[in-house]
Amino acid sequence: MPDIAYDASHLLGAVVLLMSFALLYQRRLFSLLNVFTLQALALSAAAAWQGYAHGEPHLYVTALLTLTLKAIVMPLALHRIIVKLNIQRAIEPALSIGLTMVAGVSLVTLSILLVLPVTAEATALTRENLALSLSVVLLGLLMMISRRNAVSQVVGFMSIENGLILAAVGVAGMPLVVEMSVAFSVMVAFIVFGIFLFHIRERFDTLDMQEIESFRGEHR
Amino acid sequence: MALVVTAIALLLLLAAAGLATARSSRAHAEALVYGGTGVVCGLAALWAVAHLAGGGGTETLVLPVGLPWLSAHLRVDSLSAFFLLVINFGGATASLFGWGYGNAHRDPGAGPVLPLFPLFLAGMNLVLIADDAFVFLVSWEFMSLASWLLVLSTHREAETPRAARVYLVMASFGTACLLLAFGLLAGAHGDYSFTAIRAHAPEAGAAAAGVLLVLVGAGSKAGVVPLHVWLPLAHPAAPSHVSALMSGVMTKVAIYAIIRVTFDLIGQPQWWWGGILLAFGALTAVMGVLYALMQDDMKRLLAYSTVENIGAIVIALGLALVFKASSVPVIAALAMSAALLHVVNHSLFKTLLFYGAGSVLAATHTRDLGRMGGLIHRMPATAFLMLIGAAAISALPPLNGFVGEWLLFQAILNAPALPQWALKIGIAVVGAALALATALAAACFVRLYGTAFLGRPRSAAAAQAHETNRAMTLGMAVPAALCVVIGVLPTPLIRLFEPATRLLVEAGPFDDRALQPWIRLAPTSAIGNSYNGLVMLVTIAILSVLLVLVIHRWASARVRRSEPWGCGFADPDPQAVSQYTASSFAQPIRRAFGSTVFAAKDHVDMPEPGDTRPARLTVTMIDPAWGWLFRPVGRAVDRAADVINRLQFLTIRRYLTLMFLALVVLLVMVAVTQR
Amino acid sequence: MNALADVLLQMVQMALVLALAPLLTGFVRLVKARLLGRRGPSVLQPYRDLARLLRKDAVLAHNASWLFRATPYMMFTALWLAAGLVPTFTTQLALAPTADLIALIALLGAARFFLALAGMDTGTSFGGIGSSREMMIAALAEPAMLMVVFSVSILVRTTSLAEIATFMMSGAVGLRISLALAVIALVMVAIAENARIPVDNPATHLELTMVHEAMVLEYSGRHLALVEAAAMLKLLLYAALIACIFVPWGMAGPGGGGGAVLLGMATFTAKLGVAGVLLAVFETSIAKMRVFRVSEFLGGALLLSLLGAIFLYVSRGV
Repeated sequence: MPDIAYDASHLLGAVVLLMSFALLYQRRLFSLLNVFTLQALALSAAAAWQGYAHGEPHLYVTALLTLTLKAIVMPLALHRIIVKLNIQRAIEPALSIGLTMVAGVSLVTLSILLVLPVTAEATALTRENLALSLSVVLLGLLMMISRRNAVSQVVGFMSIENGLILAAVGVAGMPLVVEMSVAFSVMVAFIVFGIFLFHIRERFDTLDMQEIESFRGEHR
Repeated sequence: MALVVTAIALLLLLAAAGLATARSSRAHAEALVYGGTGVVCGLAALWAVAHLAGGGGTETLVLPVGLPWLSAHLRVDSLSAFFLLVINFGGATASLFGWGYGNAHRDPGAGPVLPLFPLFLAGMNLVLIADDAFVFLVSWEFMSLASWLLVLSTHREAETPRAARVYLVMASFGTACLLLAFGLLAGAHGDYSFTAIRAHAPEAGAAAAGVLLVLVGAGSKAGVVPLHVWLPLAHPAAPSHVSALMSGVMTKVAIYAIIRVTFDLIGQPQWWWGGILLAFGALTAVMGVLYALMQDDMKRLLAYSTVENIGAIVIALGLALVFKASSVPVIAALAMSAALLHVVNHSLFKTLLFYGAGSVLAATHTRDLGRMGGLIHRMPATAFLMLIGAAAISALPPLNGFVGEWLLFQAILNAPALPQWALKIGIAVVGAALALATALAAACFVRLYGTAFLGRPRSAAAAQAHETNRAMTLGMAVPAALCVVIGVLPTPLIRLFEPATRLLVEAGPFDDRALQPWIRLAPTSAIGNSYNGLVMLVTIAILSVLLVLVIHRWASARVRRSEPWGCGFADPDPQAVSQYTASSFAQPIRRAFGSTVFAAKDHVDMPEPGDTRPARLTVTMIDPAWGWLFRPVGRAVDRAADVINRLQFLTIRRYLTLMFLALVVLLVMVAVTQR
Repeated sequence: MNALADVLLQMVQMALVLALAPLLTGFVRLVKARLLGRRGPSVLQPYRDLARLLRKDAVLAHNASWLFRATPYMMFTALWLAAGLVPTFTTQLALAPTADLIALIALLGAARFFLALAGMDTGTSFGGIGSSREMMIAALAEPAMLMVVFSVSILVRTTSLAEIATFMMSGAVGLRISLALAVIALVMVAIAENARIPVDNPATHLELTMVHEAMVLEYSGRHLALVEAAAMLKLLLYAALIACIFVPWGMAGPGGGGGAVLLGMATFTAKLGVAGVLLAVFETSIAKMRVFRVSEFLGGALLLSLLGAIFLYVSRGV
């Protein structure tokens, strides 16, 4: 008899991963933000479902935090920044989309191969959750290195945080403090990046990392 | 057994006859050599069928030839018999086609093909019945040299010298690898007969090194990427019936060598050998077909497509090996059947396609797809037979290519039965690569067939082409008919070579207790999955005929002819330049894959408005095998040669010093290893 | 006796898919028109179009060969047979052992192969454009579909469609990541293979953006009717395939009586209706993509299906 609690959390985790892939696939900043919102929604649903299924009410707090911060505040704020700073809305990939996707699938395979032997004793759910969240983290990193635009690098960074929260949510008995700190660190990162963006804009009038590098005299 | 040896002797005699009659009337010499070779090969193939049908027992023979203390060991078992069948059948159709080809396509200044053709076949036959490393290597080299001379027979053509040079280097390299491999396998006993190697399984390290060397040595002959570089140069350079033999048959001898060593001589295999085969098979399949899609030369395209098919066979062998290593014999049998079936299939449709290319070459005097077109109107029989070949190689049901593909996918779907995680996931990736290669192969052959046979003629030669002679058509019709028969009724053939499967993986694809219906294909290990080409063919045929009758009776049967719609543009050019060409057909795929794999770039030279010169599109591509492997190796060899060159100009004292140092080093090594 | 019933059911199935295919296409067109604020033609319009085309003379290009004339018949029967092989309202079909899912995919490939050749036959640029793009799309769509088959068969251990449907109906599967990924990939493939938006536009008349329509540009009269009917059958086939693998509930199983068969037909029609609405909504809410982004789209489908297969190992722990 299939276990509905298991299946649902399984599916929500998969949606988070899927959204990571969708992030890699996007070519426009606004749709990137939309996809990120969807990922945050899926993550908060995953957290809420875990809270309900395992009777751990503090996970609702995590869910709420994720929902407000990542699904509402940050996308809106970034949206405003893009509009206000008049950033170019197309994402320029440093690596072609096809190659990025192939690299993404290889990373997922890698994380599965890494997680499986370590968690031979654990339940299928833990094993899968760890594999999923490690994949999300790696895909976030991949996104940060394969996209030139600073905003997409910020989004990549936040999707790494999403992966961490997914791992924290999946492992039963994780105390609330961790999630709070994770959430705050995202907040901090966001502020840092925000200031960073403004500064770059003031100084160089562009957000394209390649051009910024050229100011440093790094010629490729 | 004696029959096979007699056949080889007869082939050698025919070669001598070819040499002797070189000066006399050409027609008689051809009739003698090709007719004789065809009959001998046909009889040998029949003998192989009878041997397999009789259970494929083992027969040995020791001939007192060679060095005084070494006699030549020969042996035929079910595996040899199976490959003897493939090779001699190919030889028979090639003789038939070659006879006609010699009449239709007189190549001025072509070198002697007649004495070499039977020699080449004799060499391949000898490899298959060799039962010790000496006979094997000598006949392997014999086969290589005969085919090399055949490539050289077209030495007047511009590309032949380079092709022959690259081929010679790669063939020598391959033989050297095989030599080392047999040395390792024989070990310290120094007994090079296969019986002895089989009896004393080498230790793990030596076995692994031996297998790797065989994969490199035989793999380079088979055309495994990245050792394939000689193949698309050499195969097309030879006369078409020889190209067919090299591509369709000689590569199978290399596959035989891989099977003989990894499945028979070495005892229990390691799973990672299979992993290597799978990885290189997948690489070969995908790269081969991508290369093929970029070619405009019809015969070179076919040669690259051989590379792709070898990839599929190597994948199947890798699967058989990993399942054998993990003790899942029934699925290993499934994969092995897929491999052997694909060997048969590829030998059939690849020879057919090369014969077709030969017919087109004889009729239009060009191999360039950009100068063909519309041949379906001028050469209806060739076009029809080529259509069968193109559909078969594209793995379309109900033809034979699909059956091999189906068996292979059934084996791939059984990957969860393996214990190794890396293999389970790896085989999924290999499956995706194989599916990609298959789909790209279909695109490749739509491109070939569509540009050569359909549309409007792109040159005067294509517009005036004529159907070639009967012998050539018959030479194509036989493999084409077999493509259909095997596709519709594959089970009898798979049953026929079941002894070979049992010999190699200790299981057969079918469960003998259940009565296996011969009419459809339902291997035991592919649970509940079955395929019935006959019902598919009959249903489609009946439905189509009914449909035609119904529509023509009650709807409309009238036809009018008119100009095609070109968006208001009627192409006035007799060369039909506005047609899609082979390169324009490949453009979407070149953009999707070529830019990554070949660093393909399109340069458009668009004249200014008012300028009347034509716009030009040039495509540049970099061959990764040359760019990443062979050029660096070539440069390293050059540098090494420079260094060694200096050794020629030393004083005697220095030479003596060098020798002395070498002696001391050797003594030190002896001292160290003795401890 | 049972075999006879199976043959009978098979014939009913063949007739049913043939009858329903234009209806599905008409329904999708109607829903799309309504979503765009138009009244739209009647759902029966495709039947009328086909009847009209069948009555007309066929016009062939001067250069068209026998292959061009034979292709519509072969393609139509291949697709008809393929649609007849997918269990729609019952799993008890006489032709079920003829072809499993892999053979079915290959059968679709055969139909496409010949249509692409026919596109090259008249020697115009449009046929060439269409054929070349169609083969590029297929080169990625076919492996994606085979990977979906791989995922499903890891779960079910078979590629026989009837057995897949029976297994899925038993409810022993539950929600799986892999199935979600597989269904997304299969839908993407279905969209590409049926020349729907965003890969291709079935209603376009701008030649340079066409794929399927460019390939069949030279067809007319009865040949065009067959090609169009085959395209309708293909749409129905993909809808039935997705329904059969992922939502087989309601299908009559072995030993099901007349009531079960009728129930199966009713649920199948309902599933088609849902599929039609979803397709229409999806098509109206998205724009067509550039031809060269199609390879990314389908590459995504291929990678998703591969990912599905890989994740199946994790969740099953086998």
